[in-house]
Amino acid sequence: MAEVKNKEARIGVFVCHCGTNIAGTIDIEAVKEYAKTIPNVVVADNYAYMCSTPGQNKIADAIKEQNLTGVVVAACTPRLHEPTFRNATAAGGLNPFRFEMANIRDQNSWVHMHQPVEATEKAKDAIRIAVAKASLLEDLVPKSVPVEKTAMVVGGGVGGMQAALDLANAGIKTYLVEKSPTIGGRMSQLDKTFPTLDCSQCILTPKMVDVYRNENIELLTYTEVEAVEGYIGNFDVTLRKKARGVLTPKEAEARGIVGGGCTGCGDCANVCPVIKPNPFELGMAPRKAIYIYHPQVSPLIYTVDFDACVKCGLCVEACGEKKAVDLEAQDEFMTVKVGTAILALGYDIYPIEKKFEWGYKNFDNVITSLEFERLICASGPTGGHLVRPSDGETPKKIAFVLCAGSRDNTDTGKPYCSRFCCMYSLKHAHQIIEKIPGAVPYIFYMDIRSFGKMYEEFYYRIQNEGAKFIRGRVANITEDPVTKNLHVNAEDTLLGRPIDMEVDMVVLAAAIQPSAETEKTRRLFGVSCSQDGWLLEAHPKLNPCGTTTAGVYLAGVCQGPKDIPDTVAQAEGAASAASIPIHRGEVELEPYFAQCIEEKCAGCGMCVYQCPYQALSLVEKDGRTVMQVTEAKCKGCGTCGGFCPGGAIWMQHFATPQIVAQIDAFLLGGEQ
Amino acid sequence: MADENWKPKIIAIICNWCSYAGADLAGGARIQYPPDIRAVRVMCTGRIDPLFILKAFQDGADGVLVSGCHFGDCHYLEGNYKAAKRMFLLKSVLKNIGLDDKRLRMTFVSASEGAKWGMVMSDVVKTINELGPSPLKEFAR
Ligand SMILES: Cc1cc2nc3c(=O)[nH]c(=O)nc-3n(C[C@H](O)[C@H](O)[C@H](O)COP(=O)(O)OP(=O)(O)OC[C@H]3O[C@@H](n4cnc5c(N)ncnc54)[C@H](O)[C@@H]3O)c2cc1C
Ligand code: SF4
Ligand code: SF4
Ligand code: FES
Repeated sequence: MAEVKNKEARIGVFVCHCGTNIAGTIDIEAVKEYAKTIPNVVVADNYAYMCSTPGQNKIADAIKEQNLTGVVVAACTPRLHEPTFRNATAAGGLNPFRFEMANIRDQNSWVHMHQPVEATEKAKDAIRIAVAKASLLEDLVPKSVPVEKTAMVVGGGVGGMQAALDLANAGIKTYLVEKSPTIGGRMSQLDKTFPTLDCSQCILTPKMVDVYRNENIELLTYTEVEAVEGYIGNFDVTLRKKARGVLTPKEAEARGIVGGGCTGCGDCANVCPVIKPNPFELGMAPRKAIYIYHPQVSPLIYTVDFDACVKCGLCVEACGEKKAVDLEAQDEFMTVKVGTAILALGYDIYPIEKKFEWGYKNFDNVITSLEFERLICASGPTGGHLVRPSDGETPKKIAFVLCAGSRDNTDTGKPYCSRFCCMYSLKHAHQIIEKIPGAVPYIFYMDIRSFGKMYEEFYYRIQNEGAKFIRGRVANITEDPVTKNLHVNAEDTLLGRPIDMEVDMVVLAAAIQPSAETEKTRRLFGVSCSQDGWLLEAHPKLNPCGTTTAGVYLAGVCQGPKDIPDTVAQAEGAASAASIPIHRGEVELEPYFAQCIEEKCAGCGMCVYQCPYQALSLVEKDGRTVMQVTEAKCKGCGTCGGFCPGGAIWMQHFATPQIVAQIDAFLLGGEQ
Repeated sequence: MADENWKPKIIAIICNWCSYAGADLAGGARIQYPPDIRAVRVMCTGRIDPLFILKAFQDGADGVLVSGCHFGDCHYLEGNYKAAKRMFLLKSVLKNIGLDDKRLRMTFVSASEGAKWGMVMSDVVKTINELGPSPLKEFAR
């Protein structure tokens, strides 16, 4: 707690043009001249791009020449360039925390583009406010903390698997947490993948095996995150291992069952009397109360659905000496320490029945694209024969409705583009032409977005194969009650005429949305989301894998719709980002800690209850009760400092005198 | 008292993680709003001592905006709940000293709500313009 030495402050002010971003609206010269008149300012300068090397050099040089005690840069936003200018400040030999930024771009020139006079006045005020704070800033030293050499990936789809493999192969022990009984995610439900048309399972299964076999990966399926505490380098994550009712060979061994545990033989499921729809097959095929989703699951361990199980015990008998089934299993909790974490939570299909005008769930032969994937897949419920749910007949005339619920600003739709529906619908069109002689796909589209490498070429190919394209949004679909055929009503916007087309089947390329537990999980990790619920990256262009919570990164669709190549690329980026702190071995935490001003502290202890992190306690000191801060626990929110009735808490970098000086500087024009 | 040239003086104390980021996003999207508000950044709305706000009014502020994360989204779990409670109590204090409590406003704007930030800005300026200069202004120094 340095003494406040306002009178001795020597501040340098640097005004950035940001090309014309700022200078196009704000009168830089006037602002600079004004800055020179602000108390404590000894030098004011301007430059086209303060963040460039010459701009940064100006700061360092001025610090040395003018013996500055503080630096103010009026430019973009501290959320972009505070680290840059802190470095420049340090390069001049000053403590980097003696830097303060005035935001005159993002919160000024860009939002008052047509009011140059007012914007210029606002910039002057912003600089005066920043100078007031800079005059009172003190030297601070970031706290270095060691980083736990383990990582966690939440979500075991293709994104999470890739991230976990990369981390593990970089030598980092990684926990891969997946809520369902198997890894694989949505990709394992797909038949083929655009634009190369390789078989999805064929390219995914080897990866699933790699994950299972990798010594550095601890695979925790059927497991959910319950609580997260701590900060970058030192997260304590509490996991709930849901009762699976079946022991792995390892678990069996731990219980002294020699040579026991599930081998995946399926004898249990053969005898289980309870039949339920299999969610992996979207309810189009049955499973037992003791089940696996599909033969390629990883790990190959059965799971008991305790909501369905009638506890008849037949499976226990069938399992015999392996003694793998434990019908008394309970949820287990475990807490692990990790240095960094990646969220790869994926997506769900939007409940497209909300668009009642298309009749999904009312009309038998209206299906979703994901259902199409299962029906056309050789390992799916129909052995790869696309059939009409109403009568088992092979459809010949099939309508594909693109942007079903996507790019839709009504209450029942999603405003964004789901990004892979155009491409997979082209793939579906190809598949029916290839598999069903004489079949014709009719694609109702708004625009075909084939933006990726070899995607446009794929589009041409499907056009040439004979798919029919109709540009127009489908208004409604009706069903012929006798034939169960469907009438698709749309407007062909290229020909400008209405269409009523009778088809055998309709496939809705339904919008996607964040997966069911995304909201809960992101809150545990303190990650923000955009209005649509997709997780928010730290910067849309410059930091698309990071989040505003240090040490937490994003991969795959949970950050926004993307196809498999983009998911894998982002996962590799996230893994690389998450490995950096671990390889460095330590991270610096911003030293915005609370401190007790013991002379003022009355020892009332009311602040202790304000802190969400239990960082405060009361101690006896020189015969008096005073508050004490445990710096390692304090995250610097300032909630205690906003509360202490005696003003006895000094919030480093956001101290009461500093904030009051900002308020006074604005309202009283800098005079005290 | 209504001066021809009166322009409202409004201060916004906003949290780093949500509202400040939302305000930056409004900039990126070039959303235009009235230029009468000056922002002071704190890490969390929980940092905001009610005395800061009283000080602002004492200094002659016509309005004060406190803006943070949505409930459940606070970067520090619950700072915004505590801030909301404090602002609620503070409003009754303002009434007692003869200030219209509409001069103090708390809003919740997330990092992705640039458009909402623009709306909040316009709305706060409109409210304060309707209320006119703060009656405490003449005592300010
Ligand atoms: C019909 C259809 C066809 C497609 N065809 C193609 C194609 O041909 N080519 C292509 O490139 N892309 C295609 N895609 C897109 C592809 O499915 C995605 O790009 C890919 O699955 C994204 O992977 P992911 O890991 O981000 O998410 P997901 O595959 O959704 O995986 C997320 C995983 O995280 C788990 N999880 C979620 N929340 C939690 C939690 N809170 N805790 C623990 N675990 C959790 C889930 O159970 C799941 O296993 C298609 C999509 C659809 C709908
Ligand atoms: S005990 Fe449960 S899981 Fe096992 S066979 Fe009976 S119903 Fe199926
Ligand atoms: S600043 Fe926040 S985290 Fe630190 S002691 Fe105070 S209340 Fe706790
Ligand atoms: S961090 Fe935004 S209100 Fe707490």
